[in-house]
Amino acid sequence: MGQTPHIAVIGGGSTGAGIARDLAMRGLDVTLVEQGNLTHGTTGRMHGLLHSGGRYAVSDQASARECIEENRVLRDIASHCVEMTGGLFVKRPEDSEEYFEEKLEGCRECDIPAEVVTGEEARQMEPHLAKDIDKAISVPDGAIDPFRLVVANAASAQEHGARIETHSKVTDLLVERGEIVGIEVEHGSGPGKRVHGTAGGTEEIRADYVVNATGAWAGRIGDMADLDIEVRPSKGVMTIMNIRQVDTVINRCRPKGDADIVVPHETTAILGTTDEEVEDPEDYPEEQWEVDMMIDTLSELIPMLQEARTIRSFWGVRPLYEPPGVGSTDPTDITRDFFLLDHEERDDLPGMTSIVGGKFTTYRMMGEQISDHVCGKFGIDADCRTADVPLPGSEDFSVLRDYMDEFGLRSPIGRRSVERLGSRADEVLKTDGPNPTVCECEGVTRAEIHDAIEGSGSDLNAVRIRTRASMGNCQGGFCSHRMASELHAEYDEAVVREAWDELLQERWKGQRHALWGEQLSQAALNYALHATTQNRDRDPADGDPVDFSAFDAGRSRAGGVADADVAADGGTDGD
Amino acid sequence: MAIESDVLVVGGGLAGLTGALSAAREGADVRLVSYKQSTLRQASGLVDVLGYTPDGDGPLTDPFAAIQSLPDSHPYRTVGVETVRDALSLFDEAVPTYEGGHTDANALLPTHGGTVKPTARYPAGASAGLASDDRDTLLVGVEEMVDFDAPHVAAHLGAAGVPFDVRGETIRFPGDLRADAKVTRYAKLLDTNGEVAVRGRKVPARDALAQRVNPLLEGEARVGFPAILGDDEPGAIRAALGEKLGVDVFEVPMGPPSLPGLRLEDALFDALDAAGVSIETGNPVVDVDGDDRVERVFVEKNGARIPNSADQYVLATGGFVGKGIESDREGVSEPVFDCHVPHAEDRYDWFETELFGDHAFARYGVATDDDLRPLDASERPEFDNLRAAGSVLGGYDFAAEKSGSGVSIATGYAAGQRAAQEAR
Ligand SMILES: Cc1cc2nc3c(=O)[nH]c(=O)nc-3n(C[C@H](O)[C@H](O)[C@H](O)COP(=O)(O)OP(=O)(O)OC[C@H]3O[C@@H](n4cnc5c(N)ncnc54)[C@H](O)[C@@H]3O)c2cc1C
Ligand SMILES: Cc1cc2nc3c(=O)[nH]c(=O)nc-3n(C[C@H](O)[C@H](O)[C@H](O)COP(=O)(O)OP(=O)(O)OC[C@H]3O[C@@H](n4cnc5c(N)ncnc54)[C@H](O)[C@@H]3O)c2cc1C
Repeated sequence: MGQTPHIAVIGGGSTGAGIARDLAMRGLDVTLVEQGNLTHGTTGRMHGLLHSGGRYAVSDQASARECIEENRVLRDIASHCVEMTGGLFVKRPEDSEEYFEEKLEGCRECDIPAEVVTGEEARQMEPHLAKDIDKAISVPDGAIDPFRLVVANAASAQEHGARIETHSKVTDLLVERGEIVGIEVEHGSGPGKRVHGTAGGTEEIRADYVVNATGAWAGRIGDMADLDIEVRPSKGVMTIMNIRQVDTVINRCRPKGDADIVVPHETTAILGTTDEEVEDPEDYPEEQWEVDMMIDTLSELIPMLQEARTIRSFWGVRPLYEPPGVGSTDPTDITRDFFLLDHEERDDLPGMTSIVGGKFTTYRMMGEQISDHVCGKFGIDADCRTADVPLPGSEDFSVLRDYMDEFGLRSPIGRRSVERLGSRADEVLKTDGPNPTVCECEGVTRAEIHDAIEGSGSDLNAVRIRTRASMGNCQGGFCSHRMASELHAEYDEAVVREAWDELLQERWKGQRHALWGEQLSQAALNYALHATTQNRDRDPADGDPVDFSAFDAGRSRAGGVADADVAADGGTDGD
Repeated sequence: MAIESDVLVVGGGLAGLTGALSAAREGADVRLVSYKQSTLRQASGLVDVLGYTPDGDGPLTDPFAAIQSLPDSHPYRTVGVETVRDALSLFDEAVPTYEGGHTDANALLPTHGGTVKPTARYPAGASAGLASDDRDTLLVGVEEMVDFDAPHVAAHLGAAGVPFDVRGETIRFPGDLRADAKVTRYAKLLDTNGEVAVRGRKVPARDALAQRVNPLLEGEARVGFPAILGDDEPGAIRAALGEKLGVDVFEVPMGPPSLPGLRLEDALFDALDAAGVSIETGNPVVDVDGDDRVERVFVEKNGARIPNSADQYVLATGGFVGKGIESDREGVSEPVFDCHVPHAEDRYDWFETELFGDHAFARYGVATDDDLRPLDASERPEFDNLRAAGSVLGGYDFAAEKSGSGVSIATGYAAGQRAAQEAR
């Protein structure tokens, strides 16, 4: 071919970002386009479990083997995104003994380190487990931060020359002479980083090959070239608690079921989940019973959840794929494996392969296989290096230093910043000016916010997922305006105002499913802070002009004292 | 033997404090029991009466005129506009450091979020900042302080169309305060006017602050700071800075911990002391005895339950924020007297999808008769001798209307007065 092939990757989830990194490291030209932020899709709405494979050890051993293999790889290359919490499969008296044995056996068959612990030992590890737990199997489950992992993959791809376009939606596939030759993209705000208020535009991106990594949306991309891709989106709910009731991943040891896992994640514990097929990956009901079920069912394992405070709930859709002809009726029966659909072989339309199904834990392996496939198309012989080269942030980073003195941060905040940033800590935190805390719940400092702004433009939700700012107990009540102010250092007030409103609205969205008890009191406080103290809900900058002269100008200002009997209908007519 | 009084006020926020004061002024023997710090710690310290109609029209120039058109269920309609005026007169007299009483018109004050908002009474420290005053303004922020970004606030005020030029500058605060120092640390330093090191010399903090700001002035007639100018000596600090800078100095209210709110709380406690009210703080009322009448309440103190009895009681325990109203997945309740709180059965009907939608939860609280007595589910008074005041009341969304402190003062005043009159 002579020239370096240019590959367009559609989808900025774990799969797309993993592919972009792999291809770029192999020397190909890559453009990744994502309609929202990175992780806008399922990747930003998942449980955060780094699978040991234990969950699939009975039902789907091929997936289980892939999981444990990748689990080991990610601990290495993404150490700053992983917390090795360990996991337990917990058996209650009413759960089947036979299944417990099968699980143990299955783990051993799949090379997943597994050990039986007694009920008492399990409660020593996790004191809030129910008193009547029989026993448990311990496995190397972990917690993983999907946001930072995807951002790190994208950053690495960029370092290797890839172009990353977020807020750019693929609106069509370019088909010429029976071949896909590129994509048509609609930019939300012009190419490059997102800046609110910048005009967008359409761009035709021509490519030598297109990879469709749009997960649950894959069928829609297929439709653009009359290809049938039978993705079966299946939704699941996750409910976030305000503290970590457990420090270990707790699974219920029974065949399959809803509400059977709790994953500790940063300062929170996340309860999940359900599995229910939906028509549309963007528009499906989010319902009260689902949240109630998480709390009620998982309380059987961890009784204190019944009274605990939740801060929000969210839903994600699995991009499940089933090869034609299998015909599972229950989505829980559909395989968790992934598939490459080469549309040349499958549909006689060269130029594109779709990758569907799979799991977050195996994203890198998926990336490797499809990159092999793409390289094969071009006769390129290049080794995959993604399993060996650490991601940015995880390079020789072994000891967590105490950064308190070095960065003048209070110790717990320093520790958390460093955990988040990994080997990038020096680069990010060494600033000239003072570095106050912007988000107290999550311990995020000004320097981290500015680093995120540099990487993501004027988008505060993108800053949020990179830093965790506004993701703790107060859900942005105390820090949204601070984040907006930090953005003002780089962008105009009008841009900032739009980004700020967007952040507030997004924060509200998930909290709605947690509005009782302390979190409702928190919401009432946030509402008062934003609407009363800041008057954000009636910002005159967004509304009609105000007739300032009709209001009190102060006792001492001669001539400024307003008339006592001005009209009651307000000064909204601005003369 | 129970501790006895004519009137017992439960809750020491703006409503309870005003209620206790008005009852004492009526000549009653008053006792106030309050658990934790009130919402004033969080609130801006501004006294809003009514800034917008429930439909969102506004900003209203005359809150009093607009009260007549509020729905019947609104607490202002329960007490009537004349009572609102009387209550504010009592407030003006008890807290002479507040302004705004010279006119019925609302004032527009800059917020730390960069908007302006309508309010009826404001601390003297904020008065030079009124947005209807057309003098050019310099806002000064502190680099270490993330709650007030002066250039951002200034730009936003400009977009809000204020009738003056406004600029923002950011300074390093004199003295070696840590990056995460609390506002009270700044306040204390200015209160004591402690010496700070400036290029090797010791300089009093107020002078040092003025020296930092002076070169930034470009002829503005007034300078606004975040509300950190002292806890005990705000007037003296403003005067000193004003003199050294040759300008009027004002503060922009901020979020928690809010110094203006805390100063207001202190002022009201002083007024209660002067009026001879007996005050107990730090312990909650946990239980109640009585059927048609409240016979006594129990205050929990170091594990013991101490009975307190009175002829008349005032419930002023706050709303969701003050924890006077509570909820769980099943419903909404008032935990002390177990008064009925009307609310939708399905908790997904408690809120709207839009962030600033017409949230039902914001209006949850007890419903009362014309005498402010909480009503049970069949609309009969829960107790003959119990009245409710402040944000424990339902029927209004103070955040949307900007009416929080006004309703607390008006209903606290009315409940205290009526309780005292009936106790005679
Ligand atoms: C409830 C739930 C819990 C889960 N928990 C776990 C877990 O604990 N551990 C685990 O390993 N896995 C878990 N998974 C599975 C895992 O989340 C997914 O398999 C994985 O995140 C899929 O990533 P993806 O990149 O393929 O898809 P996505 O993350 O959905 O990425 C596809 C992207 O394509 C974009 N896109 C779509 N259309 C267009 C267009 N026209 N133009 C441009 N961009 C477009 C979307 O915006 C989206 O960002 C869970 C899944 C669910 C639903
Ligand atoms: C963030 C915020 C900003 C605000 N900004 C403004 C503003 O700018 N302008 C304005 O006008 N209004 C504002 N408000 C509203 C105003 O502050 C409140 O409406 C008002 O202070 C409520 O007073 P309250 O006395 O009813 O309740 P609270 O202040 O909540 O007081 C209730 C008191 O009762 C005590 N208590 C509770 N339970 C018990 C018990 N069992 N036993 C004993 N004591 C108990 C509590 O500890 C507390 O001290 C704001 C409110 C908030 C939350």
